[in-house]
Amino acid sequence: MTAPRTIYDKIWDAHVVDQQEDGTCLLYIDRHLVHEVTSPQAFEGLRMAGRTVRAPQKTLAVADHNVPTEGRIRGIEDPESRLQVETLEANAKEFGVEYLDMLDIRQGVVHIVGPEQGFTLPGTTIVCGDSHTSTHGAFGSLAHGIGTSEVEHVLSTQTLIQTKAKNMLIQVDGKLPDHVTAKDIILAIIGKIGTAGGTGYVMEYAGEAIRALSIEGRMTVCNMSIEGGARAGLIAPDEKTFDYFKGRPRSPKGAEWDKAVAYWSTLPSDEGAHYDKIIKLDASNLPPLITWGTSPENVISIEDCVPDPADIKDAAKKAAVERSLAYMGLEPNTPMTEIKIDRAFIGSCTNGRIEDLREVAKLVKGRKVSAHVSAMVVPGSGLVKEQAEKEGLDKILIEAGFDWREPGCSMCLAMNADKLAEGERCASTSNRNFEGRQGRGGRTHLVSPEMAAAAAIAGHFVDVRTFD
Amino acid sequence: MDKFQKVDGVAAPMPILNIDTDMIIPKQFLKTIKRTGLGVNLFDEMRYTKEGAEIPEFVLNKPAYRNAQILVAGDNFGCGSSREHAPWALADFGIQVIISTSFADIFYNNCFKNGILPIALPQADVDKLMEDAERGANATVSVDLVSQEIHGPDGGVIKFEVDAFRKHCLLEGLDDVGLTLQKETSITAFEEKLAVSRPWA
Repeated sequence: MTAPRTIYDKIWDAHVVDQQEDGTCLLYIDRHLVHEVTSPQAFEGLRMAGRTVRAPQKTLAVADHNVPTEGRIRGIEDPESRLQVETLEANAKEFGVEYLDMLDIRQGVVHIVGPEQGFTLPGTTIVCGDSHTSTHGAFGSLAHGIGTSEVEHVLSTQTLIQTKAKNMLIQVDGKLPDHVTAKDIILAIIGKIGTAGGTGYVMEYAGEAIRALSIEGRMTVCNMSIEGGARAGLIAPDEKTFDYFKGRPRSPKGAEWDKAVAYWSTLPSDEGAHYDKIIKLDASNLPPLITWGTSPENVISIEDCVPDPADIKDAAKKAAVERSLAYMGLEPNTPMTEIKIDRAFIGSCTNGRIEDLREVAKLVKGRKVSAHVSAMVVPGSGLVKEQAEKEGLDKILIEAGFDWREPGCSMCLAMNADKLAEGERCASTSNRNFEGRQGRGGRTHLVSPEMAAAAAIAGHFVDVRTFD
Repeated sequence: MDKFQKVDGVAAPMPILNIDTDMIIPKQFLKTIKRTGLGVNLFDEMRYTKEGAEIPEFVLNKPAYRNAQILVAGDNFGCGSSREHAPWALADFGIQVIISTSFADIFYNNCFKNGILPIALPQADVDKLMEDAERGANATVSVDLVSQEIHGPDGGVIKFEVDAFRKHCLLEGLDDVGLTLQKETSITAFEEKLAVSRPWA
């Protein structure tokens, strides 16, 4: 009998093509998602070496980072963005890879598109030249971001050179209070372990609170594993996962479906499997969380105040807090609920799914965005947008004063025209609050969709639990 | 890729925690379809004003560090996105070695693919090298990959760890894809098994 294994161990073992004496492995990659920003140099590398794409059917290309979120029918105005998207299209055509163009209803943020199409599947290895590939771990797939050299390596060989990471278990027990969400769970974890806390690990999320999350919520949690420094995040597949994939365009069908479900059911970690590190969190007493600084680990409760560097002993940490506060334009000890915002951004691979839009619409129905706030909603994909419009969510949002946009990465990283002006403060459902992330000099506070929506209405941050 | 063996050069101090890839190369420079030419925009928003003028206080703008080949930085260097534009920009500027207490996983990987050696050391060693780096162009640091040693300006020696396979590839300037393609038969055999055991994958 083999020793008990974690889900990571199992997926890893099932994909080792070759192992060298020093432990370096060649890992088979089942699925490769490609976008316009990190792939041009990889395709160019193939061309220069006279190489081909080994498994075009296991590769899917989508433009998402650079695409405009309005007036899309007119094309892309910025010449550099346009060239990058056109280059992806030309490369996909030349190397025989399926490409979803920006007018295709299936287009969207690559990490939302993959699962929607059933391209992402449990038990598979998935890579993309994008750190938020960790999102796909929500389905029990081993998924992580890679650099462009590795994109070229996977295109050419369908494998990746890897050494195995360690196993970390993040056990989230208890029931989430009302208005506290998957986003708050992952922010709490990052706040607890720090942005380097997961370095060298694959994090598996388990426990009552994780089981209770919808598929969308699980994606939010796994999405930000990278902000905790982990190579990947994983959640064991269950009935919710199987229901999600049933009937998707690329999901297995008929007898193959049954065989796949039987296999997927063997993936959850065995009783007694070894974890190198275990972190525990109680969801039942979590408040809505918010970041105050320029690192995703700068997390506090909405009930708290901006931290005071005077309270910090460690010189390097104190300097980091001072630097962050200066950038964020915040005074120590200011209550978070007194901080005014200029912008609200709802969308991204973290929180751009239908469930997120439903929560936002529910909260803003019959209300108006504050006069000094500009708020935008960017659906994660064309299919999310279509579903939201079918449910009339767009009308509620537009009525409340939100901009209803076309799908893409948008102001999560501001590579297209959607960006903060210098000094503007934003309540954002995205994943990074780094200096300049949403535009040079822009100030980002990471929150859940409900918290962003409530802040847009109030004009400042509020505790969504007591918002009326 | 060029072979990496030894670097003798000026080390620039960046005592900042969590230097992320957005700082190293902001997104407006990710629109390129080439690997080269990014060095001028390395640390762009810390290095230049909005109007494009150099900010004299920024370390790489100081005369002593304009030709730095080594960076000594705070914890968790390279966190954030997977953009290989970050090591491309560093390499294009001339940085060949980065020393910190820890590195983000994807960035660490990306360095080796671009002839950059990231070295993780205990805090005390990083502190010592940070002090050395603060002394400017008068204090050069020598990093020897073969012996896995760093020689400071005062003759002090610090040993460092590096994965054997990565060391080999860096020393020889090897191309990963070429190496893996030598294992073509194993990949094909794996795919044949996969087609039977997990045909949906």
